[in-house]
Amino acid sequence: MRLNGRTTLSALMAATLGLGTAAQAQDKPHDGVTVNVMTFTGPQIAEPLQRRGKEFSEDTGATINVITVPFSDLYQKVLTDWLTGTDSLDAAVFAPQWSVDYVVPGLLEDLSERVAADEALQADDIAEFFREFSQKVDGSTYMITVDGDFHMVYYRTDIAEELGLEGPKTWDDYLAFAQAANGMDLNGDGEADYGSCIAKKRNAQSYWMITSIASAWLQSQGTSQGAFFDTSDMAPLYDNPGMAAALEVYKKTGDYAPSDEINLDVGDTRNLFQQGRCALTLDWGDIGTLAIDPENSKVIDKVGAVVLPGSSEVLDRQTGELVACDDTTCPHHVDGINHAPFAAFGGWSGGINAAADEAVKDAAYAFFSYVSQPEQSNADVTVGATGFNPYRTSQFESIDNWTAAGMSEQAANDYLGAIQSSLNSPNMVLDLRIPQNQRYQQIVLDTAIARYLAGELSTEETMAAITEGWQEITEELGAEEQLEAYKSTIGAN
Amino acid sequence: MTVSERFDGFLDRNAGRLFILPAVLLILAFSLFPLIISAWLAVSRFKIGRDGFTLTYIGELNFKKLFTGSQQFHFLGTFSSITLTGWLILLVTALLIGAGIRQWLRSGRLTVLGGIGRLIAFGTLAALAWVFASTLQDGRLGSLSTTLFYVVVGVSLQFVIGTGLAFLCAQDIRGRSFFRLVFFIPLMVTPVGIAYTFRMLADMSLGPFSPLWKAAGFGDFSWAADPWTARLVIVVGDSWQWIPFIFIIMLAAFESQPRDEIEAAELDGAGPWRVFRDITWPSVAPVAATVVLIRVIEAFKIVDLPNVLTNGGPGIATESLTLHAFIEWRALNLGGSAAVAYTLLFVSTVVCVAFFQLVVRPMRQARGQA
Repeated sequence: MRLNGRTTLSALMAATLGLGTAAQAQDKPHDGVTVNVMTFTGPQIAEPLQRRGKEFSEDTGATINVITVPFSDLYQKVLTDWLTGTDSLDAAVFAPQWSVDYVVPGLLEDLSERVAADEALQADDIAEFFREFSQKVDGSTYMITVDGDFHMVYYRTDIAEELGLEGPKTWDDYLAFAQAANGMDLNGDGEADYGSCIAKKRNAQSYWMITSIASAWLQSQGTSQGAFFDTSDMAPLYDNPGMAAALEVYKKTGDYAPSDEINLDVGDTRNLFQQGRCALTLDWGDIGTLAIDPENSKVIDKVGAVVLPGSSEVLDRQTGELVACDDTTCPHHVDGINHAPFAAFGGWSGGINAAADEAVKDAAYAFFSYVSQPEQSNADVTVGATGFNPYRTSQFESIDNWTAAGMSEQAANDYLGAIQSSLNSPNMVLDLRIPQNQRYQQIVLDTAIARYLAGELSTEETMAAITEGWQEITEELGAEEQLEAYKSTIGAN
Repeated sequence: MTVSERFDGFLDRNAGRLFILPAVLLILAFSLFPLIISAWLAVSRFKIGRDGFTLTYIGELNFKKLFTGSQQFHFLGTFSSITLTGWLILLVTALLIGAGIRQWLRSGRLTVLGGIGRLIAFGTLAALAWVFASTLQDGRLGSLSTTLFYVVVGVSLQFVIGTGLAFLCAQDIRGRSFFRLVFFIPLMVTPVGIAYTFRMLADMSLGPFSPLWKAAGFGDFSWAADPWTARLVIVVGDSWQWIPFIFIIMLAAFESQPRDEIEAAELDGAGPWRVFRDITWPSVAPVAATVVLIRVIEAFKIVDLPNVLTNGGPGIATESLTLHAFIEWRALNLGGSAAVAYTLLFVSTVVCVAFFQLVVRPMRQARGQA
């Protein structure tokens, strides 16, 4: 066959085009793929996803659409989208404790093989708690952690010094500190400020707070004892003198707080703390990095962090009474105080819709891996606005990243030390992870606590309302199945 | 007569019905289908399982929870002894029911159907008043009574202010076109937008009026922390949104009344109050009754303001029935949510039909006779 000039030129062009496309495919492995990712209305969490999404798009060709909804809608929006086969969402970044409800009906993609083959993720660097608990259901990995979460107490070091106090070790210390600081001008604006600011808004992210307080009384024998239900019969542990003490502490903090505290979400209390208006707060790791934000913080180098305060008395589950903390009643005590740091929420994590196209799953996984890889994560966890808190071992080992971000050496050691103490505590309280845990906590617990704070219920009525509501759900879903699930998640089997 | 002729005759006789049939079928499909599905949900339990989800028939259990079970506090409220205000509410209700029965007995149109209708209407009204009065102490109302509060107080406030403004703007005053436009603006804003705007305005520590609150000694007061002030703020926000609706309709009613009747009365020496009472009001009363009916229907569905302003708090103090249903649905308690929604449908239907039969229709008839 004889090729004329035009044919030769066309062939050359086609070959060039083909090579170009092949090269592009290699450069941009997810070119043309769109991934719809849902998370909550930020700006925390959504901001780094959007920002990293743009970088990821430039590198891989995939388009990352971050769709946001209010926190209270997130669980249901994602679940109904996937459960009904609408599948308009390819992935979501949400609470890993909810994953059990997604895994049981087969809605979440099993990522075990992908994680095992992903060297860039450096999965071994993800702290064991997040890697083995938050990311996994029944031994398989379904979530990729992008954030580490623990509740801690933050206090103003300058005010503590002025008052001759230390970071609170017990909840009584917390109240004493709050009372002493309440009414002082904490930020030099000439106005009286508050002793304590805790997010207590209903239908928001407040319902974990009470567990952070109550755990000090409720769990003393180690993580596998659990702080929500009795592992022998699935009876709720929220109706006893320990819970009553916690409820009273929780309400008492309101005496030293803004008058509209029950309408404040975490964003509001963080802002108040950042503006120097609060002496104490109970929050996730975000405060530590928000406090060093040079543009918005008035408390740079004035913030200390401590592991959740504890109690010198704990609940004896046999007698139902409070007993003094000693080597037998609380073997993990520190100087006679039982600390039970609460891994509230478990850290925002990404999961992928099992019904998405393979190309979309690949792109979604690559995106979550990209966000979680140390190169990105090590920078993001030092920025308060991201909402991402440390969760990789390497992020705790060196304070260089933190001092480079503007944290003093003392503050960095305090902050990372408090998280590490929580992470390494043998008495860490694992968040509820049984089927429909969202209903137990976000509906029953949240409503009862909101009514208690509003003065609608007494302490006893509140405990009874939680217990009755939880028992009703347990009976509805099957007590034996729920007990098995509970024991398995806290390692009590 | 051939088949073709018979068919033509049928078409001629039923042309109207046939033309309207597609629209009716569409409406039935889009309104009846959800009604049937939600009825099924209301007697079912939704559960996620290995095969996706299951709906199990559980009979009246979801309703039982609301009326006598674990959700009674949420739906009906917490019952306690009846306060003085509660007794007053019961007294007013009894007087209204008594007046209704008296009016019916005197009407001379005593039918069985009318009797059953009134029995349902008056029975429901008495039950609602009793629930409201019995849960009034300490403000521990359930979502049903809170919704009734929004409906009764909110619509009354909106009607009085909206009608008053409309009456003023119907007069020959300077700048009335400007006022009409200004009063109308809130109606054009989306409800969620209004809720967020109002949340900002009502913020006593950071809002634009905070210096005023502080100067007045209310700097440390939080309306959101008290059940009644929180409910009142929602009523005020709702009124800000809906007064323009009543205003614009009542303005049209005032402006469309015949001038000759008023001029004749004025020539006969009637003063402004007499003219309003005997001529203007009877002329606009049917429109007023209709606009109240529309607002009542709408007010039963209030959700945006309590959701955005207070998230239903403090506690559950500002939670309306729709918000209650939405919160249950958000927790995937679809049966409980549907049961709340169905109860809302029943209450709002009875109240609105009764209002139409006992207020709107008599006013229209009276106007027709006049």
